[in-house]
Formats: sequence, C-alpha cells, structure tokens
Amino acid sequence: MIPAKFNYVRAESVEEAISLLAKSDGEGSILAGGHSLLPLLKFRITEPGILIDISRIPGLKGVRKEENRLIIGALTTHYDVSTNELVKEHLPSLAKAASVIGDLQIRNHGTIGGNIAHADPVADYPAVAHALGAELVVHNSDGEEITPIDELVIGPLITMLSEDSIITEISIEIPPTQAKQTYLKFFHPATDYPVVGVTAIAGVNEEGVVDYVRVGVTGSSDVAYRAFEVENVLMDKKPTLQNIKEAAQAAAEDGDMGEDLFASEEYREHLTKVYVERALKEVLID
Amino acid sequence: MSNNLVEVTVTINGERRSATVEPRTLLIHFIRDYLGITGSHIGCDTSQCGNCSLLVNGRAAKSCTLLAVHVDGAEIITVEGIGKVDNLHPIQQGFWEEHGLQCGYCTPGAMMASIELLHQNPNPTDKEIREGLDGLICRCTGYEFIVNAVRRASEIMADQNSSKEEV
Repeated sequence: MIPAKFNYVRAESVEEAISLLAKSDGEGSILAGGHSLLPLLKFRITEPGILIDISRIPGLKGVRKEENRLIIGALTTHYDVSTNELVKEHLPSLAKAASVIGDLQIRNHGTIGGNIAHADPVADYPAVAHALGAELVVHNSDGEEITPIDELVIGPLITMLSEDSIITEISIEIPPTQAKQTYLKFFHPATDYPVVGVTAIAGVNEEGVVDYVRVGVTGSSDVAYRAFEVENVLMDKKPTLQNIKEAAQAAAEDGDMGEDLFASEEYREHLTKVYVERALKEVLID
Repeated sequence: MSNNLVEVTVTINGERRSATVEPRTLLIHFIRDYLGITGSHIGCDTSQCGNCSLLVNGRAAKSCTLLAVHVDGAEIITVEGIGKVDNLHPIQQGFWEEHGLQCGYCTPGAMMASIELLHQNPNPTDKEIREGLDGLICRCTGYEFIVNAVRRASEIMADQNSSKEEV
C-alpha cells in the first residue's frame, strides 16, 4: 500500500518544526518514529500535504530525573523506555507497558511521544500516564505549555493540541517507593493491542492500610482513564481479597466502554474489572 | 497534491547506494525496486507479519513501516548481507540445521528479526524466543522449527564466542 503524495522536510530544531507546522495551514503532519503515522498514511486515513520529520532534532531522546519526576524525551523509543535504568527503577509500570507494545521490531522504532500524540484508544502507555497524571511538555507558536494527560485526548485519535503543537517531553511524577507497580494487558491475539490494559500502583502504611493507590485503564474505553472510583473504594482500607474485589467492581465507572468487532460493551466492562482486580492483587498481595 | 523528490542514500550490506525517489516511497520498495536487492520480502504490508524485517543501524525494523527518506544515511543490513553459502551466519546455520522453514517466504525476515532477538538476549528460553518472534508471521511451520532454529543459533553463537575467548 502506497501513501498519497506528500512533501517532506527534515526539521533541524523544534522551532523550525513549529514554524513549518504553522505555515502548512493544517496540512502538516509530524513524523517521529512513524510507527503510528505510516499505517495511517498507507491506509490513506490521513493525507497530509507535508511531512515534517522531527526524528533527528537533538535533545528529544532519553530520560532524566528532576526531583521526584522522570522526564522522558518524546523521541525515546519503546525499547529505550523499557530498558532505561531510571524508568526500571522509578516507573517499572511504564517499563513494563513499553515492553509489551507491538513487537520487537516496532519497539525499536516507535516513540513514546508519537504514541501519545497519536491518541489511539488502544495504546499501552496511557494506562500508566493516566494513573500517574502525566504532564506533557508541549511547544507551539506561543511558546511552551504543560498539558495534563487527562486534558490531552478528547476522542479516539483526536487531541486538543493546536495544529502547530509538538509534544517534546513526557513528565511523570514518581510514586512513593513503598508502592508497588504493575501493568497487565489482555492482548488482542491478532494485533497485540490491549483489549484492556491496566496499571495499578499501590502501597500500604505501617498500620497495613492502603495509603497510596493509582489505577489507570486503557483499551476498553473510548479514551483511557484513571479509575478514581476504584481508588476511592480501596483507599484507607486493608488490602484484603474482599476489599480488592469490591474496589475492582468500580473499575468501569470512570470509563466509557466502547463496542466494536472485537468485544461488546459488557465484555469490556467485565474484562476491565477482572484485570483491575488482578493488577491490584499483584501489587498489594502477591 | 505536491510531491517533491528526494535523494536517499544508504549503506546497504556495506555498499553505498543512492536513488532519487518520492518521499512516500517505503523502505522495502526502495530496497527492492530502486536498489534491486530483493532478499527482503513484502508480506502483509501492514506492520504485522515481519517478513520485510531487516536491520537499520543495527536494529531490526519492519521496512514496510518506514519511509526510505526517513532513514536516509542509515546503515542497512538485509539477509544478503549476513552470510554466504560457504560461510553461513550462525542464524542461517541454525535455520539450515533445524529446517526452520518450509516455503521460505518469511525466512529472510525471520532470520533478521532473530538476529536482533539474540543480540538483545543471547541465551533465550523457548518462551523468550516465542515472545521475541511475536512480530513474525509464518504460515507454514507452526513456528516449532523456527524456535528450534533460533535456539540452535544461540548455541552456535555461544560456541563461537567461547572459542574466541580461548584464543
């Protein structure tokens, strides 16, 4: 399958890329790793007039720690996210999510910034990003701004970013060290996308009651979400099987379960509860 | 819609090659149709089957999911660049000995993805081999022989490394 015709330009800096985007009159599209964009181009779901390649702009790759946050460059590949020592130490849930995206070849080239900007409802990262309230560093003609993940995506493949915007960094707060982290995924057997993907990060205090709990869900809902209701039910309780089961019953409350060829609304809701329960058990009991 | 032409240069299997192409030219088409190097195959053309896998700057990639212009300047290794009939690469030796193929269509991609798999994990378990080959679809073998081939290749590579250390 061959994409529709487009012009191509390689941007040398973020400023140049923004200016090219602004000048493209809505016709521009950003190329980073290309692993979300190329399938769209080949299916001609999108037909941009100009592709602006940001993949060689220096300074947009890698991970650094600033106080209690990890800052991940938008061009960092899934492989690099999954193997980075800082990510493995402080955000093992994100490392785990990165390690189950697509397959080995795809993880070598797809980028975290591209993945998030693409706003695919069945992407893996958003579960972790929503659970921890990730902030996106966005550059556009007006300068730099911070966009919280829960404001970014307004629908499948649609973000609120202006047409001249580029996500340059993903900034995620590191949870308390006593909180264990996981990401569990029910793979769609053909595509490897998550039918449901769940991040749970939780820990207990000295009295053995839950004093930190974050749950993020992707795949089953039209837009990934933080399962606030699950957190509310479990917070300040002992992490017994019964309490976890009860909390997991609220797993679908904050989502908007979709229905498609793969799964009905009821099935997605059920699967979400099952995976939230498993993820919570893993971090609080196992 | 406008369509500028771009010159793309790559070092492929050690040889520097250039061609002027449309920016929408996929890497797999660039290599097969413009450079005439046809060992890499086109399978699903939708980033699933991995039959078009090759190495870009040492890392496995699905060449149906990259634009040629995107990897301008890159070093590319295809199946033609890893060994010769009288001097097989360990992965080729493994596929040869364990008969890791039937029709052979996916084999170039299977071997290039396996090279990366063994680079990341030189001594994988069978489960890790299966997970590592998640991005490969083979419609003949049922994968059993491919898993055996990759395991055999890891043994050959380990033997080669230990004999190197002895020298």
